[in-house]
Amino acid sequence: MIITRVFNWLTDGDNWKDSHLNTGILTQLEAHIRFTGIALAVAILIALPLGMLIGHTGRGTWLVSAANAVRALPTVGVLVLLTVIIAPHFHGRTDTGYLIPTEIVLVLLAVPPILANTYAGIDNVSPAVRDAAAGMGMTGPQVLFQVELPCSLPLIFSGLRSATLQVIATATIASYVPLGGLGRFIYDGLAQQDYPQMIGGGVLVAALALTTDLIFATIQRYAVSRGITGRFPRGRPAVASEVQSAVLTGPEVSHA
Amino acid sequence: MIRFDTVSKHYPDGTVAVDELNLVAPSGQITVLVGPSGCGKTTSLRMINRMIEPTSGSIWIDDVDTAGMATHELRRRIGYVIQHAGLFPHRTIVDNVAAVPLLLGHNKKQARTRAVELLERVGLPAHFAKRYPAQLSGGQQQRVGVARALAADPPVMLMDEPFSAVDPVVREQLQDEFLRLQGDLGKTIVFVTHDIDEAIKLGDQVAVLRVGGRLAQLAPPQELLSRPVDAFVAGFVGRDRGYRALAFTSAGTLSTHAEQTVALGGPVPSGSDDGTWILVVDAAGTPHGWLNLEHLRAGEETVTEEMLYRGGTLATQGGTLRAALDACLSSPSGRGVVVDASGCLIGSVTAREVLDLIEARTAMAS
Repeated sequence: MIITRVFNWLTDGDNWKDSHLNTGILTQLEAHIRFTGIALAVAILIALPLGMLIGHTGRGTWLVSAANAVRALPTVGVLVLLTVIIAPHFHGRTDTGYLIPTEIVLVLLAVPPILANTYAGIDNVSPAVRDAAAGMGMTGPQVLFQVELPCSLPLIFSGLRSATLQVIATATIASYVPLGGLGRFIYDGLAQQDYPQMIGGGVLVAALALTTDLIFATIQRYAVSRGITGRFPRGRPAVASEVQSAVLTGPEVSHA
Repeated sequence: MIRFDTVSKHYPDGTVAVDELNLVAPSGQITVLVGPSGCGKTTSLRMINRMIEPTSGSIWIDDVDTAGMATHELRRRIGYVIQHAGLFPHRTIVDNVAAVPLLLGHNKKQARTRAVELLERVGLPAHFAKRYPAQLSGGQQQRVGVARALAADPPVMLMDEPFSAVDPVVREQLQDEFLRLQGDLGKTIVFVTHDIDEAIKLGDQVAVLRVGGRLAQLAPPQELLSRPVDAFVAGFVGRDRGYRALAFTSAGTLSTHAEQTVALGGPVPSGSDDGTWILVVDAAGTPHGWLNLEHLRAGEETVTEEMLYRGGTLATQGGTLRAALDACLSSPSGRGVVVDASGCLIGSVTAREVLDLIEARTAMAS
């Protein structure tokens, strides 16, 4: 039974530890998180400020479309191409020649969803809210950081989470060029026809993706204002009844 | 005081939104800009806080040229209320109201305390402070919008159709409260509306603008109704001008006739003075409606709410001629019901008597 064998592979303590022949799950997991973390950090540094700027100014929206077009590139093809170009420039006992192409590919993958969602989030802020913010005397950066950014957090988070899932899943190709990561088990398992190892690697990738998403979901829950998510305490009605004011029901408007 | 000095706004496509506008909005008064769509009323308003920059001309606030100030500093000194309130959805109501004081660097705790006071001032209970805009109705949001504009106590307020997105009943409430508030605060207000009735109700003076951004007439509302300067203004202020103008004249103390009444919940009387109609009041003396003795059904022996004709309006003693006349015209018995300030019955007047009063006033005025 394949499920049992996958389970056995995953629960075998020796598979988690490094030996002189094999690199264990823990080390590969750490490498996987490292590739993913670097790619996401770089993508956020590029896409978040850019998306905010485009959304705030309304200029350069073509960049969002252009970034979305990049999504159409075949990931493995780009990786191989970049590796062929870049790797020969590095010699000796270093991974850098493989790491750079891998990270470029992952960043290319992560930028479009973050950029598009950040732009859309800022762009979707109600014109009345923006008008009120500027009209009360907020400067451009104040409008952006105090109003537009907090209002667009749900969309920004959704872009971030979708980028993270994609990067975690795709970071397995780091093992296609000779780098580590959880993809190692998938490629090795496939090559050795060791299917429990291959499926086990896949399960680990999925588990990592789900865990990371859960962490982001938790952060999002606390970072986004209740006024935007609509999670109001103790089942209060969304719209309270209109307050009656005694001053207003004077006899001149009442009926006899 | 806000002064427009030959202010024009032209757009690159050739559209003239505002054409050489000269206008003074006096301190402590409400100046209403009114006109059809495309008359440049909102553009004119937004040029005051430089949300739109004039093409030529200058706008002065108390002898300071607004063009010489940094826009964000200018705007922080001007209250700004817009049609859809534009509350910040991610902030609680109290933090929405405290927004401008916080921008001005005021102490956070003091700003919040004052914000809660302001909420009560605009008719919202203090427990609304911790709610979010999404939890409020449109009318409540608009009250918060007014409180927010007042928070830094600006001498000048700009209001762009603030009450036009709420239903008519709430709108009337908001208008009345706005007038009461302005009575206390005496701000210099420029108010934009497309609704001539709102303009006449709220304005100390009304500026009627015509399409193409030219000022057609600037006058107090009463004068606008009685002496429209041309056919455009006359057409815009609309029908029933004579009748509506009565709303600006106090009826004084009306001399009333005693009105025969019957108690709500009491036995149905066998007859009345005029043979048909009798006024029904409750224990406090508040009129509830008219009872038609000719249309009683069999078995109806006590006076209940369901039996009453409720179409008549009430006139308040000391109110306007319009309210007095309307009470008479809307009363099925032809006798207009007059009540005191607390809503208790004083007596009745007839339309003939009110018309005599109007004629006497007109004779006195001419």
